[in-house]
Amino acid sequence: MEIELTVNDIQFKTLVEPDEMLLDTLRRLGFKSVKRGCDTTSCGICSVIVDGKLVPSCSYYSVRAAGKSVLTVEGIQEEARRIGAYLTAEGAEQCGFCSPGLVMAVYAMKNELRNPTLADIKHYLAGNMCRCSGYEGQHRGILKYLEVCGNASQ
Amino acid sequence: MQVNKSIPKVDGMGLVLGRPAFTDDLADDNALIVKVLRSPHAYAEIMSIDKSKAEALHDIACILTYEDVPNVIFSRAGQGYPEPSPYDHKILDQYVRYVGDAVAVVAGRTEKAVNAAMKRIEVTYRIIEPVLDFELAKDSKIRVHDGDGTRSMFPIGHEPEKNLAASYGMEIGDVKETLKTCDVVYEGQYYTQQQCHAMTEPHAATAYYDFQDRLNIITATQTPFHVRRIIGKSLGLPLSKIRVIKPRIGGGYGGKQAIHGEFYVALVTMKTKLPSKIVYTRREVFESTYTRHEMRVDIKLGATTDGDIKAIDMNILSNTGAYGEHALTVLMVAGSKTLPLYNKVEAVAFSGDVVYTNKTPAGAFRGYGAVQGNFALESAMDELAELLKVDPVELRKKNMMVEHETSKIFEIMGEGKEGTAMTIESCKLDTCLAKCLEKLNWHEKYPRQQVDDRYVRGVGIALAMQGSGIPYIDMGSAILKLNDDGFFNLMIGATDLGTGSDTVLAQMAAETLGVAVEHIIVYSSDTDLTPFDTGAYASSTTYVSGHGVIIAAQRMREAILEAGRQHFGSQEVQFDGEELICGDETITLKDLSTLLFYSEHQQQLVTSGSYVGKKSPPPYMVGGAEVEVDTLTGKVTVLNYVAVVDCGTTINPNLARIQVEGALVQSIGMTLFEEMKYTASGHMINGSFMKYKVPTRMEIKNLDVSFVESYEPSGPFGAKSVGEIGSDTPPAAIANAIKNALGVRIRRLPISSESVWQGIRKH
Repeated sequence: MEIELTVNDIQFKTLVEPDEMLLDTLRRLGFKSVKRGCDTTSCGICSVIVDGKLVPSCSYYSVRAAGKSVLTVEGIQEEARRIGAYLTAEGAEQCGFCSPGLVMAVYAMKNELRNPTLADIKHYLAGNMCRCSGYEGQHRGILKYLEVCGNASQ
Repeated sequence: MQVNKSIPKVDGMGLVLGRPAFTDDLADDNALIVKVLRSPHAYAEIMSIDKSKAEALHDIACILTYEDVPNVIFSRAGQGYPEPSPYDHKILDQYVRYVGDAVAVVAGRTEKAVNAAMKRIEVTYRIIEPVLDFELAKDSKIRVHDGDGTRSMFPIGHEPEKNLAASYGMEIGDVKETLKTCDVVYEGQYYTQQQCHAMTEPHAATAYYDFQDRLNIITATQTPFHVRRIIGKSLGLPLSKIRVIKPRIGGGYGGKQAIHGEFYVALVTMKTKLPSKIVYTRREVFESTYTRHEMRVDIKLGATTDGDIKAIDMNILSNTGAYGEHALTVLMVAGSKTLPLYNKVEAVAFSGDVVYTNKTPAGAFRGYGAVQGNFALESAMDELAELLKVDPVELRKKNMMVEHETSKIFEIMGEGKEGTAMTIESCKLDTCLAKCLEKLNWHEKYPRQQVDDRYVRGVGIALAMQGSGIPYIDMGSAILKLNDDGFFNLMIGATDLGTGSDTVLAQMAAETLGVAVEHIIVYSSDTDLTPFDTGAYASSTTYVSGHGVIIAAQRMREAILEAGRQHFGSQEVQFDGEELICGDETITLKDLSTLLFYSEHQQQLVTSGSYVGKKSPPPYMVGGAEVEVDTLTGKVTVLNYVAVVDCGTTINPNLARIQVEGALVQSIGMTLFEEMKYTASGHMINGSFMKYKVPTRMEIKNLDVSFVESYEPSGPFGAKSVGEIGSDTPPAAIANAIKNALGVRIRRLPISSESVWQGIRKH
């Protein structure tokens, strides 16, 4: 079936299968930042934002995105670069496979939470798995980023 | 200084920004989708395969079974040649030896078509009773490999008729007699489980023919040159017809050292002449790639009442699953990278068998046996201290290795054969231990603190060592090329899989040349364009490949000076990294390099260097855990994990720290949560991230990683390895902390809440 959706402010009209997931549609449309880590919504690596809400695109039917506005890392390059500067300053991206999903989650968190504590941050990002870094470097970077944004708890 | 300096990874920002960089990002949009039909049985013979109904489907390009592929036997292990692993694997075989083993390869234009085709392949199996319990495998009447041409390249104790993939034994002194003379002998048995690598990027590979009819394979591998060699040899292709490219890799930890999907895409593309790609499902990564070797470790420690350890005896039974990849070498590392910690013994023995079973094969996994051996040895040290009624810290201090000492084990135990004698030139275990105890606040917290009626806390420690590459086997090399405008290409065979090796090697090149690291453009791991490297394993890249880079950079520096001498017509030329100086005259490298290209003494400056390790200096670490146990439920929380590491110079302290933090968390996962579970018929029941518990950020309370001052004279800028050492201590340190908290000793991993709870009830 044909759906219309907006990805990073670009309008697309595309054919999708009824059981197709948004992850596959986005990659087919060229948004390769969206990665598959699993297919059970367990790892957060495929995270994108649909109409302002963080969702795992591996388990989000493409037809549900019809008429909606999708945001991937390709659509927030400037902010991703700011977040990335703090992550890479800690070496916390390591293999980088989970980074785009993490960046989307941090971006969504910054918009949703006011002055989050480390515990709030961990809770918000609990679904974003990383097998390389041990997480602590990510937290060091994210705390510094939020501090610079004026959005960190003391 | 460009080394001992934290700079961001050279490839980091591009990855964070989501630029296409991984195998599946780079595959042709029209690549055939390749999938593997996998065995539903733990052990079976394929009596017939009818693929006609599947082939008849629209959009199916090809289906391959064992009848369609070369009948060659080899090892997928991804090691140097000749491999110390048995040749016991075929691309596709008439026998399937575990649930998830490959039956047929299906390629089609859409994933839907391929899925439909897989359902239409009709396979008749003769089901064979499997051997699933590794403790019953040796000499079982059920043989996992029997009369199938299985063989080894040199003696490794491979006896398929006994279900032995490999076996090993060595003894220094007379352990039995020495134990008789000891005042106290501790004897214990420890079990470790199959752990899955669970890297976030599933195994992926894509193949295509270029316009010159050469087979190109882009693959998520830790060993591109081994991939080229093994694919070429087993498919009967000259290596000159194959190019293997390693793009960015989404984690490996040893799991991408072996060859997995590369065969399938190569065969499909050879058959169809079309590009093809395979991306493993998460279930396949769990069920059909590799695990950490499950082990049973029996250990005896004998000591005098004064606490002098006189004898150690370690015997291991290791489960390699259906294929024997890394069987011998992982077994040996369990001894060779643990036992030298206590080098003052009069006698030490190490022996073990590695058995075949009908389970997911085991392979390389960060720590490579040392984790398993360390769990037994460092738990046993605490148990011995208890028998001796001495402080476990004092017992270690009295017996542990000290700088400038050696161990006979280095000489005897190597990579599947004899080793290389060495004297330890850098060992700061004493400083690591002191600092770890201080950071843990040991003297106040040891052994336990009752929080309230329900919660109790305990602290525990463990020492560890690893290696830095495999002497006289691992080889790394580099090419440096000067461009106009004065920047360099650094081409290395070393394989960055997220570790940051591209970055630390660029730092070493920059430091040696005396230039800024921004002037070094790194390109790694492409069998056509970069020089050889054995690959990213055995903690070898910084130490071995680093030397190759330094040699190439020293030669480049000399070549630049020589070009300067020609330019100035004088022997008195200096280079400060930006300018060449001759008396009052100067020329920038930027200008000189442009002259060299276009107008004066025209030449391309290009240098190379290669290096093979002459020794394998161990990094050391002391790990300390503070745990809190909920006595009502048995739940264990690691409140704090202190790691104090001696890895020589940290070329990039940030990246070294992240390596250790990441390894700790993987190993805390192994200690407390992770385990591949099977039904009685050999089906894995937790092959998803939903059911297999990888630590999330919620489980990690505090990691305290630091490095002590240390300099390894044989290392590049004083560096040793750091990639694996972080894995080794958590099982023993946490088990020791639980014992100190509760009085309950757990000798089997993972230490589940249930096992702690049962331990409390029995105690």
